[in-house]
Formats: sequence, C-alpha cells, structure tokens
Amino acid sequence: MSKLLEIADLQTHFFTAAGVVKAVDGISYDVGQGETIAIVGESGCGKSVSALSILRLVADPPGRIVGGSIRFEGRDLLGLNDEEIRKVRGKDIAMVFQEPMTSLNPVLTIGRQLTETLEQHLDMTHEQAVARAIELLGLVGISDPKRRLKQYPHHFSGGMRQRVMIAMALCCEPKLIIADEPTTALDVTIQAQILELMKDLTRRLGVALIIITHNLGIVARYADRVNVMYAGKIIESGSAHDIYHHPCHPYTLALLRSVPRMDQPRRARLDPVQGQPPDLARLGAGCSFRPRCGFAVARCASEAPPLVRVDGGHHLAACWEAARVAGSPVEAA
Amino acid sequence: MTATQSTETAGRAAAAVPAPTGAQDAALEQRRQSQRRLAQAPDLLTVRNLKMHFPVAEGALLPGVVAHVKAVDGISFTVRKGETLGLVGESGCGKTTTGRCILRLEHPSGGEILFDGKNLVDLDRKSMLALRQKIQVIFQDPYSSLNPRMKIGEIISEPMMVHRTEPNKAARDARVMELLRLCGLDPRFADRYPHEMSGGQRQRVGIARALSVRPEFIICDEAISALDVSIQAQIINLLEDLRDQFGLTYLFIAHDLSVVRHLCHRVAVMYLGKIVELAECDELYGNPLHPYTQALLGAVPVPDPDMEKARAYRIVKGEVPSPMNPPQGCVFHPRCPLAIESCAKNVPELRELRPGHWVACSVI
Repeated sequence: MSKLLEIADLQTHFFTAAGVVKAVDGISYDVGQGETIAIVGESGCGKSVSALSILRLVADPPGRIVGGSIRFEGRDLLGLNDEEIRKVRGKDIAMVFQEPMTSLNPVLTIGRQLTETLEQHLDMTHEQAVARAIELLGLVGISDPKRRLKQYPHHFSGGMRQRVMIAMALCCEPKLIIADEPTTALDVTIQAQILELMKDLTRRLGVALIIITHNLGIVARYADRVNVMYAGKIIESGSAHDIYHHPCHPYTLALLRSVPRMDQPRRARLDPVQGQPPDLARLGAGCSFRPRCGFAVARCASEAPPLVRVDGGHHLAACWEAARVAGSPVEAA
Repeated sequence: MTATQSTETAGRAAAAVPAPTGAQDAALEQRRQSQRRLAQAPDLLTVRNLKMHFPVAEGALLPGVVAHVKAVDGISFTVRKGETLGLVGESGCGKTTTGRCILRLEHPSGGEILFDGKNLVDLDRKSMLALRQKIQVIFQDPYSSLNPRMKIGEIISEPMMVHRTEPNKAARDARVMELLRLCGLDPRFADRYPHEMSGGQRQRVGIARALSVRPEFIICDEAISALDVSIQAQIINLLEDLRDQFGLTYLFIAHDLSVVRHLCHRVAVMYLGKIVELAECDELYGNPLHPYTQALLGAVPVPDPDMEKARAYRIVKGEVPSPMNPPQGCVFHPRCPLAIESCAKNVPELRELRPGHWVACSVI
C-alpha cells in the first residue's frame, strides 16, 4: 500500500512568555490509503497540535512548525504557499472538530454552509450544490434532508450537528479526514452512532481517517494502528492488538491498568498513574515519563529513549526497559 | 496509614509488579461484606416522587408560561447510610437537577426529600443553611468551581467560617493543613492560587473544601469527568479512601458507566426525568433488564480490540426527545426495540422484578 500521508520528525513549538513549549517534538508516522490511525494521549500531550500542523492551522504567533516534513501524496505540505494549502484544506484533507456546537456558523443555514464549500472547491452551480448537499445529509443519516437544509445549527442536537460536520468533511470527497475528539462532547449512545457512521463511511468510500482521542475504548474498535503520545512525542506505536495486549511502554501499560473496565471483573482498587502530567515548558533531559514511571532506571534520567522496534513487525516503543515492560501483564491482578 | 499514603504505595507497587491476587481477592470480599452490611443500614436520604418542572416563558412584554421543562418528573429512591448510590444517564436526563434539588439550589415543584427525618423541601433558608453543613457537593469542573482570586487555604476554610465549625483562625488553619494532607496535597499549597495547580490538584482542593465541615453526605456531580484519564483513577481511589475512613455517603452522579460500576454499591439509571432501572451494582451490570440500560451498557467501548471486533453492537436509534414535550406513555418507547402499542399510552411504574432490582418497563 502506497503511503498517503508521511510525517517525518515534525516539530511544532510555541514561543510563549514562560519559554518554548515543545508541543510536538519530533514525531513521525504515516497513513496508508483508507487506513484508520488513532492518536491517543491526555490533554496537553500535543495530539491536537500535531493534527492541526498537518493542515498548517496552528496559530502563528505563538506557534510555529520549526522542523520536519509532512508529505501528502508525495507533496510537501510545509512548502506550499497560502493559496495552495487552502486548496488542500477541505478538499484533499478535511477536518472534524470536537465541538459541534462551536464549529458551525450560527447565522448561516446548514444548507448554505454545505453548498458554500461545494461551490468553492468543486465549481458546482447552486442547484448542483443543493442536490449534492441533500444527498450528503441523507448519507450521514439525517432524515428529511431537504427541509433540514433550510434550518440553522441551533435547530440541531449535538449528535445531529456532528453528523452535519461529517457531511461537510465528506462533501469534496477528501482522501483523508482528521477527526479531533469527534465524540467527546456527545452522549454514549450518540457516540456509538457517530463512530459506526464514520467507520462505515470511511470503509465504503475508501477515505483514510486519523482519529485523535483520549478514550482508549473508542480506539480499540476502530483503529488499524495506534500511536500513543506523551509530552509531545510518540512513545509507542503499533497495531491495536499490540498496544492493548502487549504494551511495551510503561505509560501505555499504566493507562490501560488505571481505567476501570467493563469487560473485566470489578477490581477492589484501581492502580492510578502516579503524579501529574509534565509541564511542556519545563521538560528536563532524559525520558519525560520518568518521574511517574515504575520501571525507571538510572539511564532514563540522562538519555531520552528513541522510538525503536520492539518485535519483528511494526510495533515501536520508546523505552529503555521495553523488554521488562512487555513481560508485565496488562490485567493488574 | 493515611488515605494518600496508601494510594501512593499501592500505585507504586502496581506499576512495577502486579499486585498479588490474594490482596485483591481479600479486598473484594471485604467489599461484598460491606455491601451486605449496607443492606441493613438505616436510610440517610429518602426522595419521594420528586418533581422539578421549569417554566418556559414566552413573549417580550407580558411573558406568559407556555410550557414546562420536566427535568425531573416524579422520581423516588433512598440512599442508605455509608452507601454510594450511582445516578447515571445521558445529558438532559435530570441527574444533575436531582442533585441540585437535594442541595436546595433549586426549589422542587413537588415531592419530598427526607434527610435525617427532615423534609428539605419545606425548610426555610436558615434551617437549610444549617443542614447544608451535613450535605456537601463536589462539582465537575475544577476550573470554574474554585474562586480564582482566593488562595487555596481561604477556599478550604470558607465553609468552616460560614458554618462556624472552627471559630478561631489557628484551628481553621490547622484543619486546612490536615485536609490538604488528607487529600494528597502538600500543605504548602494553602498559600497558592488555583491557577498554579493542575486539574487533578484542583479537584483535590474541591474535595478538601467539601470535607472541611465534616459532612455526612456528599453529592459528587460528575466529579471526575473533566479530569485526564491518568488522573481519574487517583481521584476515584481518594474518594473511596475517604468514604471508608469517615463513613461518608455519596450520591455519585456520572455518565461514565465503567467508573460508576467501580465505585457504587447501587445504581439508578435515569432517562428523561424518570428512573427506569435501579438495582445493586453487580446485579445491574450483570443482568440489565430495561432496554435503555441494555443500550447504554452496549454502547460503552472497551479497550480490547479483539473483543470489540467480535462484539455485535446494538445501537439505539434516534435521540433523546425534548423534556419540554416528552413522549406520552413510556418516555423511552420511540427508541425502544421492544416497544409494543400499549407503551405509547401507559406509563410504566417501577416494579421489583428481582429482589432489590426495580425496573420501569411493562414489556419485560
């Protein structure tokens, strides 16, 4: 499978009064055609910034992409001028944001917001655009789409707005959709509806998907590959099976152990990840997970471990003690 | 050993080597025993036919009430002393409003709330204020629930001043130190401001504030939802330790079903202002009877790709209707896979289908 998106050593830094915040600190991964990739991490680990960097949507100042490359179908997106990148946004790569409440324009009808993109990017006439918009709303499961087109976002519930966002993302038949916490603001039954819809549509239309989330459960069902981020770096990468059954980084292991799980007998106590998430403006030398790590050795304080292969396949981890971590069971007692 | 010490040592041991199975088994057995004890415990809070209908007014000059949002529509439950009752449901189901009614932050439209033999609905301001010392709350958002202009020490000692539990300053300061330590924070944090702390630390401050006046009953309204995954477990353990140490009773309002399963003794499931199912925790999760509970549990993703792929998803269709104009009959019938004709007419009562397991459904 040829690679659709290749990210190499991407570095996005924020230049703030408190110092340089290395929100994304040298991450590399690629996305194949039609593949679903998950990026998992806690707030502040740089997962959203890494996605915004792909479309060059990071506010500058204070943020700036200071290094690396992002190749989409062989083209370096970082080398494009403003006009060229605007043509990529929405057309080749679309984005679905977390907040369906704030990412739609409240004073324009749903129909106008959908047809605008179609007329701009695909040079459709207004009539063609309306017909396509009706088709798209039907595709994402909105009943009576013709009437719905004339309504405003406040007439729609949260789940319905997220469906509209997905329709907008699909309208130019993009090759890649980046979904940043697409279901975090939604209720659990609606979340299941939206995720099934996204999985179904991306499979059917052959669209690649990057899902950014903090929810380990969501990722398990939908992702082909999972990248776990911590403090601006990918610390583990592998198939969903590798990550959930054979984690090789202490952070992944600790995260899996810390959540109460519906699929396992109830435990008497949870094993939390100790300590606080790090301050990205004040990272020291060595591994940034070291202060919270139960596996840390002397070397971790001085040398940051590189992301390296831990098996014969594509399972990568950035830990000096990966072999010891791999030997620990995921189910904590 | 204090609560926090035990949290830390347990966590550290678990990070390096898995905790011995024996210890977990013993703890689970202890939990089963406490569950049996709780079945005999006296009721601390009794809610009977509680209703909270918010009027909706329209018209610019002479606004008239055109409708009511039935946020809570006739719910009844009890919380026994020392018990943690989970209240779950999706947004808009009325779970938070229920908590606010118990705190009397809302004045209920009907029903009664008995706490310590007193009906909170009838109490005047002054007697309610006195009673609030026993009923405290921990809020969802640790960013907006702490006053940014007050130091942590002032935040924690404010309830003690309001309720005059510690009249002299030295005693208050000592209590602040004690509470900070109890909640796993460095006592030096008393001189800091909320913005200097992380989300998890702020939530610990919120918990310390709630504990400051030695309450019996704490309402945790989505108390861990806003926290990072790695911090949630720390706070859950803290809440459990405090419960054991002080014999606290919790009403745990949440939408995260796996957290509720871990923490609660009994669970009530709400939908559109009504309780649709209520049972002991293991019974509810092991044998959910109401179609809505089944749908809720079926929608929770689990972190195991093999299991997830093998699992058949039963997704409920449609969305929660507006509480301003709820469906006639059973409120869940438009989305229910089991609905029959009579569901559109008859409102199902909560029935005890198995011992201690109450369900509001006329089909099963």
